[in-house]
Amino acid sequence: MDFGQLFTNVLNEMLGPTAIAYALAAIGLNFHFGLTGLINMGQAGFMLLGAYGFAIATVHGAPLWLAFLVAVAAAVVFALLLGLPTLKLRGDYLAIVTIAAAEIVRMVGRSTALTDVTGGSEGLTGNVFKHTFQDASPFPDDRWSLGPITLATNASNSWWLRIVGWTLVLLACLLVWRLIRSPWGRVLKGIREDEDAVRALGKNVYGYKLQALVLGGVFGALGGIVFVLASSVQADSLGRPVTFNTWTILLLGGAATVLGPVLGSLLFWGALIFVRGFLRGVVPPDALTVQQIEQIGWVLVGLTLMLLIVFRPQGILGDKKELAINAR
Amino acid sequence: MLALLTALTTLGVAGSAQAATTPCSPDDATACLNLTATVPGTGPVAGVALTVEGEGTTVAATTDAAGKAAVPLTVAGEYTVTVDESTLPAGTALKDPAANPATVTVALGRSAGRIVQVVPAGEAGAEPTTGAPTSGTTASPAPGASADADAGAEAEASAEASAGPGTNRYAQLLLAGTVFGVLLALASLGANLIYGTTGLSNFAHGELVTLGGMTAFMAVQWWHLPLWLAIVVATAAGGLAGWLLNTLLFAPLRRRGVGITQQMIVTIGLSLALLSAFLFFFGAQPAPIVSGISQRMQLGPVQISAQSLISVAIALVVLAAVAFTLARTRLGRATRAVSDNPALAAATGIKVESVISRVWVASAALASLGGVLLALYLNTTRFNFGSTLLLLMFAAITLGGLGSPLGAVLGALVIGLVVELSTLVLPSDMRYASALVILILVLLLRPQGILGRAERIG
Repeated sequence: MDFGQLFTNVLNEMLGPTAIAYALAAIGLNFHFGLTGLINMGQAGFMLLGAYGFAIATVHGAPLWLAFLVAVAAAVVFALLLGLPTLKLRGDYLAIVTIAAAEIVRMVGRSTALTDVTGGSEGLTGNVFKHTFQDASPFPDDRWSLGPITLATNASNSWWLRIVGWTLVLLACLLVWRLIRSPWGRVLKGIREDEDAVRALGKNVYGYKLQALVLGGVFGALGGIVFVLASSVQADSLGRPVTFNTWTILLLGGAATVLGPVLGSLLFWGALIFVRGFLRGVVPPDALTVQQIEQIGWVLVGLTLMLLIVFRPQGILGDKKELAINAR
Repeated sequence: MLALLTALTTLGVAGSAQAATTPCSPDDATACLNLTATVPGTGPVAGVALTVEGEGTTVAATTDAAGKAAVPLTVAGEYTVTVDESTLPAGTALKDPAANPATVTVALGRSAGRIVQVVPAGEAGAEPTTGAPTSGTTASPAPGASADADAGAEAEASAEASAGPGTNRYAQLLLAGTVFGVLLALASLGANLIYGTTGLSNFAHGELVTLGGMTAFMAVQWWHLPLWLAIVVATAAGGLAGWLLNTLLFAPLRRRGVGITQQMIVTIGLSLALLSAFLFFFGAQPAPIVSGISQRMQLGPVQISAQSLISVAIALVVLAAVAFTLARTRLGRATRAVSDNPALAAATGIKVESVISRVWVASAALASLGGVLLALYLNTTRFNFGSTLLLLMFAAITLGGLGSPLGAVLGALVIGLVVELSTLVLPSDMRYASALVILILVLLLRPQGILGRAERIG
């Protein structure tokens, strides 16, 4: 088997838009779970809303900045809708409500009734909403090679998208780094450790939780935009498993750390592509089909999530003493 | 009803046609996969659902009035095209079923094509088509590739909900909702028992439901057992799975003192692993337990199939048996004591771990039995059949009150009725969404549910 090609694929995936999108979504989830202890099981819903907001605004002629704002606003409204009723309840209620709400967004998005707006289950194809982003690129339309990777400069899954995406990830990490050390971040961590103690100190716990939910949701929406700029807006591609993958990524890299979500995303996608490519090269094609090999990869993801949360809940970078997970 | 179906069909076709008016044009970063469904010599076939999968993405498409669907792709490579045979017009079949799924190689900047040839079925009527033919909904299975778990089963409509002429639509939907509610109650009761005794929201409960359906499918279609024996085998398989899960996974976790939130995330990982394992073994296509449509009986203004009637009867008997066990037997009293206060129950000499173990067996067995009966009601099972229903089951038990068994039954009936009656005002592919809206509203207004105790909300 061709290991050179395999490692090129792995490297390409690790630097690619999927890894960027999941890193952003996991950074958002880090605000929810890592800092505040909220169990958000609907991060895919935030991503999908961000994607729809961006794409539909662009289709209706909005400039790039406005489309971004629409996506962010959609996530903020969604977070408020979810948070206002549920943040006073116990933790697993938020989990059930967020997962249900994300499913509602997906089902409504793929419904035939909204085909004119969302494209139904076929979704919105790339050529109707990518032009504003691609036109904003300073590069000429060309194909550039860096090492073994050759990509278009601007179109779709491009260098331009990678540059913008990783810049977003870098800015997000800087923000997390500053916020964790701020008084605001310390209150969030306090809520995670002991909500009643923070309340006794006179802090508005409910308000802080709501702020964390909104902020994390906005990063989810940004991740959703990056995700669809590389492919198309299709409701079923941002379903429940996307949320579960994001959780695996966060727990793998380390919750409540600055670089954990990014490291988790790099390792997750690198490992997944490696396992798949390796099995495809090793297993004779008549023994397992390509789809079956893909499923083996996802079974491994599920097992990883189970083992991580039991044996190493702090992940690779985390501090076990810091991360006590309590249901609230 | 017919008018609704016609309207839906038109809506779906119009939608597809609209989507197809933005034709895919290949460029540097885009490749086009043009799919055509046609009856040789007759013309195009509209409303055929296709799934294009490969290189990390999955795209669902439906052929338009011209029988065409164009799928733009941004990564070159090998894609598999799967035709959802249940969306072919009634009385037709694929000309070459062996060539489904087919593999197509796609290169950027080019167009690739695949023509699906449809022919009249050899024996008319032998085709196991479900109630609503080609309503324009598309199914896109495969959780892995694009990570979309639940598309498939949402397209499944029950035969009961789509009755033919001679029935009153409202009465028919009421009946369908009640039937669905009773079966859902059976499937979700176990999740509620687990929550009551251990406090765990089991996200893998849906996979236990799938396990029941799939075991029955194997028993009938592969091992040629009679249906009643298949139901017994599936229930036993569920019970065994529940015992294994508790003994090998959750009992050790409780002994280690792993928190309930971590255990919940463990069940999520488990659900993802099991879902992918089902897809690995059974593929994405529907797996009907019994092929062919069962005879429907006319009862006043409504029609019901014998299959559904027997399913409901079994469900009611089992529900009554569970209620009796909980209320009157030693084990039932012990179970209620543990859900009330495990420490106090242990202090009075109840073996808490042994009760929890039995609750796991009962919970998984009930889920599997419910899975078989729901599969009979919905005419088919599929790898993601249970995970689609998971949130409806959560909705049912939350609505009734977490930890309250009678509440779960009530909640399931409400959810069943909401799901079916919502099709009066909403498109049928949004019916599950309406149930989830109810779930959120209940949490907002009465978080302890209909019969729950207020202290549980913390």
